[in-house]
Amino acid sequence: MSLLTARGLAKRFGGLHAVAGLDLTVARGEMLGLIGPNGAGKTTVFNLLSGFLTPDAGDIVLDGRSIVGLAPHAICRLGLARTFQIVRPFPRMTVLENVRVGALARSPRAGEALARARDVVARVGLGTRERVPAGALTLADRKRLELARALATGPALLLLDEVMAGLNPTEIETIIQLVRAIHESGVSILLIEHNMRAVMALSQRIVVLSFGERIAEGAPADIANHPKVIEAYLGEEYVRAAPA
Amino acid sequence: MKWALAGGVVALVALPAVLSSYALTLFILIFFYGFLGQAWNIVGGYAGQLSAGHAAFVGVGGYTATMLSIELGLTPWVGMLVGGALAALLGAIIGYLGFRFGLRGFYFVLLTVAFAEICRVAVSNIDALGGPLGLYITFTGNPRQFQFQDGRVYYYIALALMLLATLIAWAIERRRFGVYLAAIREDEAAAEALGVNAFKYKMLAMVVSSFLTGVGGTFYAFYLFSLQPNTLFGIPLSVEIIIRPIVGGAGTLFGPILGSFILTPLAEISRRYLGQGGLYGAHLIAYGVLLIGVVLFLPEGAYPRLRRALARRAGATR
Ligand SMILES: Nc1ncnc2c1ncn2[C@@H]1O[C@H](COP(=O)(O)OP(=O)(O)OP(=O)(O)O)[C@@H](O)[C@H]1O
Ligand SMILES: [Mg+2]
Repeated sequence: MSLLTARGLAKRFGGLHAVAGLDLTVARGEMLGLIGPNGAGKTTVFNLLSGFLTPDAGDIVLDGRSIVGLAPHAICRLGLARTFQIVRPFPRMTVLENVRVGALARSPRAGEALARARDVVARVGLGTRERVPAGALTLADRKRLELARALATGPALLLLDEVMAGLNPTEIETIIQLVRAIHESGVSILLIEHNMRAVMALSQRIVVLSFGERIAEGAPADIANHPKVIEAYLGEEYVRAAPA
Repeated sequence: MKWALAGGVVALVALPAVLSSYALTLFILIFFYGFLGQAWNIVGGYAGQLSAGHAAFVGVGGYTATMLSIELGLTPWVGMLVGGALAALLGAIIGYLGFRFGLRGFYFVLLTVAFAEICRVAVSNIDALGGPLGLYITFTGNPRQFQFQDGRVYYYIALALMLLATLIAWAIERRRFGVYLAAIREDEAAAEALGVNAFKYKMLAMVVSSFLTGVGGTFYAFYLFSLQPNTLFGIPLSVEIIIRPIVGGAGTLFGPILGSFILTPLAEISRRYLGQGGLYGAHLIAYGVLLIGVVLFLPEGAYPRLRRALARRAGATR
């Protein structure tokens, strides 16, 4: 049985079909890449899955149970955690305090949660920054913090929204290692990523979204050569990259 | 820190032995407003939900205990809890409307003010509650009636209330509840994503806060022997409640107390000296000036600054 199944998922903003009848499944233990050009509807899919938006149509089943209409906090407790594309740290809390908020979802006792938070902070490589206020972190560290907080909630499925955007190649390399390690520890991952090299390296399977619809799906190698994908996504990239 | 705290409490307990009756009154007010400020702090400071209508809870609590005492002969010691419960019910209603419909910032402020004003106008128009003139309590000096010949008893009750509210705030701060409130205050959506039921915890904060404030209403009524809708439900009282924690440091444990130690004497002195010259309300101008100063120079309030200064000194002497 798959861990997450979405069927016929749809969301409109006024006249805009941000997500238009999407089917999506994540198998247990899978790392699934979700790619597509800017504005394709990827973040909207995350907002629907995590309960921040209610779908106009369609169903979402997590672990055999429909989660449509549940509040984000309830969905988190059922084992689906997400990060935000535009990171949202609690700026006046320290790194450790930030992560503790997530840890409290699994360990209601403050002391236990703190110990758990400390583990997770160390795992993402922020051990030396534990006591730094989140507002004072670099972008790379904020991205790690975003990841750490979500991880601390003990998810079965982790939705990562562009955790590598804005980072330099060395930082991207460490995040790739980190995401891989989290996956190997048994967490299923749904990954939105614009960095092609990273998404190709990490994903077992990739779904391509364009104008809210799935236009392709397959193994990384197949996706890279898929004509529709080149047209919708890479094509656009090439056009933009070409000198005017 | 622990020792300084214990020393402070001991000093406050011993203090009445050497206080003049005027000073005693001043301390009673410091503690009482410190208590109300701490009660507000739970929802306004820790949870960051700016209620500007907390007078409504003082009013509901005070009127409830007084009516129960006058009509049914129920002792205010019990009426206090009934008043607190009714205030908490009102808090739950206001909280439900505000939080369920996602009223934030100014909209929540307006909602709370509107409720307090509705209560004020309603009570002013109910003859059974004394209408605009309010209720008067005959002084019997009977402790069962929450009345005491010796002013020091009020002192100790007010001190106990302030310490109790502070203990509650401390317990909240250390628990998951407090961590969640801080997360909600910082970024509600991010908190939700991490499994925080923001609605539930904001409601809880509102209920605890309004219950305590309602309990304070009984003290207010039976300390002054009288209650009028304009004073008990009025905006000026709401301002008095809010301004101390904000000046002292909203969302900090000692902010409301520090704020009360700064502002209550200031208000009393200006009321006493400037009021005599016909400058009624001069203390409100003093508040305004002070508030502008705090916003400009101490946006987190006085307590965080004081704590850092003390920590620096402790570090230097070590
Ligand atoms: N809350 C909203 N209200 C109105 N329109 C929205 C809202 N959220 C997203 N949109 C629109 O829906 C479309 C899909 O947006 P979405 O953020 O899901 O894209 P995306 O694939 O994540 O893009 P990017 O790669 O740039 O992050 C865009 O046209 C966007 O402007
Ligand atoms: Mg996006």
